[in-house]
Amino acid sequence: MSIRQISVFLENKPGMLNKMTEVLAEHSIDMRALSIAETKDFGIARMIVDDVYAATNVLKEADFVASLTQVLAYQIPDETGGLNKLLQTFTDAKVNIEYMYAFLGAGTAKAYMIFRVADTRAAEAALAAKGLKTLTQEEIAQI
Amino acid sequence: MERYFQEDIECASREKIKAIQDERLVNQVRHVWENVPYYRKKMEEKGITPEDIKSSDDLYKLPFLSKADLREAYPYGLVGVPLKDCVRIQSTSGTTGKRVVAFYTQKDIDLWEECCARAIMAAGGTNEDVCQVSYGYGLFTGGPGLNGGSHKVGCLTIPTSSGNTDRQIMFIMDLQATILCCTPSYAAYIGERMKELGYGPDDIPLKAGIFGAEAWSEEMRCDIENTLGIKAYDIYGLTELSGPGVSFECSAQAGMHINEDHFIAEIIDPDTGEVLPEGTQGELVFTSVDKEAFPLIRYRTRDICTLTREKCSCGRTHVRMTKPKGRTDDMLIIRGVNVFPSQIETVLLNHGYAANYQIIVDRVNNTDTLDVQVEMTPEMFTDNIGEIETRQKELVDGLKAMLGLKAKVSLVAPKSITRSEGKAVRVIDKRKI
Repeated sequence: MSIRQISVFLENKPGMLNKMTEVLAEHSIDMRALSIAETKDFGIARMIVDDVYAATNVLKEADFVASLTQVLAYQIPDETGGLNKLLQTFTDAKVNIEYMYAFLGAGTAKAYMIFRVADTRAAEAALAAKGLKTLTQEEIAQI
Repeated sequence: MERYFQEDIECASREKIKAIQDERLVNQVRHVWENVPYYRKKMEEKGITPEDIKSSDDLYKLPFLSKADLREAYPYGLVGVPLKDCVRIQSTSGTTGKRVVAFYTQKDIDLWEECCARAIMAAGGTNEDVCQVSYGYGLFTGGPGLNGGSHKVGCLTIPTSSGNTDRQIMFIMDLQATILCCTPSYAAYIGERMKELGYGPDDIPLKAGIFGAEAWSEEMRCDIENTLGIKAYDIYGLTELSGPGVSFECSAQAGMHINEDHFIAEIIDPDTGEVLPEGTQGELVFTSVDKEAFPLIRYRTRDICTLTREKCSCGRTHVRMTKPKGRTDDMLIIRGVNVFPSQIETVLLNHGYAANYQIIVDRVNNTDTLDVQVEMTPEMFTDNIGEIETRQKELVDGLKAMLGLKAKVSLVAPKSITRSEGKAVRVIDKRKI
């Protein structure tokens, strides 16, 4: 099952990212993972949070432009060669990755990867056929 | 059914209009000759006396007045009646230099309000309408002009003035306002705020808007009409000539009818001062033929537009002017190219952006730079950086095609450009010349 990532537009000027984190902090929204993509003019903050609906609403109220994107989350053992093995499965399933980022689980020896691919559903099926199971929104919230 | 405030004048034959203009112009020139030494001196320098002006065909012989003359004659140099006969002044914002102060007798105010009343009825207004005037009141002509016009039509008038947007919306909803008068940028902002409060076009009682006092594009009209669910009419005027109502749009929305019984319009070549034939683009020049307190003859507006006397479907016979591309004051010269903010607005709206933008002009290493800042919107945002950059590039290309200039496009945070309750500040020129 794919999960929902929030992507937020950030104008390129000092304090914008801080303003966003402030809004999330004020509303006790917990970020599971965060990645920033930047160009010379603007940035996009991509994040996985515990409460997608609340986060979307409070960001909108604070005049941020945000959108939801379907991404795939996988758990990998936090050990040498762990990512390599996972990516080999992607290659075997002929899945092209647009972007990805990693985060660690609290107090566990587990790492997690978020993948954005062109055709989420087809990729998920191809990877499932190779024995890879995605994490659900609920599982992510409980990490 | 088309409604008129003064049908006999608004739909008069061309011959009748010319006869009115001829008679009034001859009297006005004499009035000015006798009462405004500043203009009399200009006429004498050209070797003209009132005897040389026998009809409006002789108008071209008279000297021009420019904004520079208004500054020189400030404050009382162009007043045509004793001050005891003047009852009011109005004034411009003075953003482009010294304020213009214009004077009115009671008759001047009555005629001005009639012009505004014609505009309100052309927008479908009757004495059954509730008309909210959200132009600023005070020195600015917008509020007082439309307020007076609304009274003359017999509308229930809500004089909210500008500002306090949530209260504006409360009045529109609670008092069931059907006509809204304000600047187009404020109308757009009211629309934006209504959307935020969850009101769609069908929830709002408004049916028409009369928007003026700044240049706005056809695309912005479309946007406002869709957001508020109204028909948006343009109204034009200058403080120097009275205020809004010098010309106004009718149901055809195909140019603004100039109130020719009060104002004679000419189009001239801005460089040579030569009068241009109908249909040619040039600078708009007005002569107010029956103003008493502030009688301006051949006043150069610096507005660029064209005139047409072609028959209009609304039945009015008065000449129509196109939406000015912008005042020559608003015109920017960037790397030697003439740029009007309204051209930039057209490109932005055509590319799906909202009319929330600011134009920053600067000079870096002796070269002018043009930075167009536009707010990111939920509609234009995507998680895909490549797509946003492609749209940004398309916008740069669109601006290049329209202006012949390469501009930088900066995407800025929503609501980061200050919303205007009156005239929007579109241009920040940082060049030190």
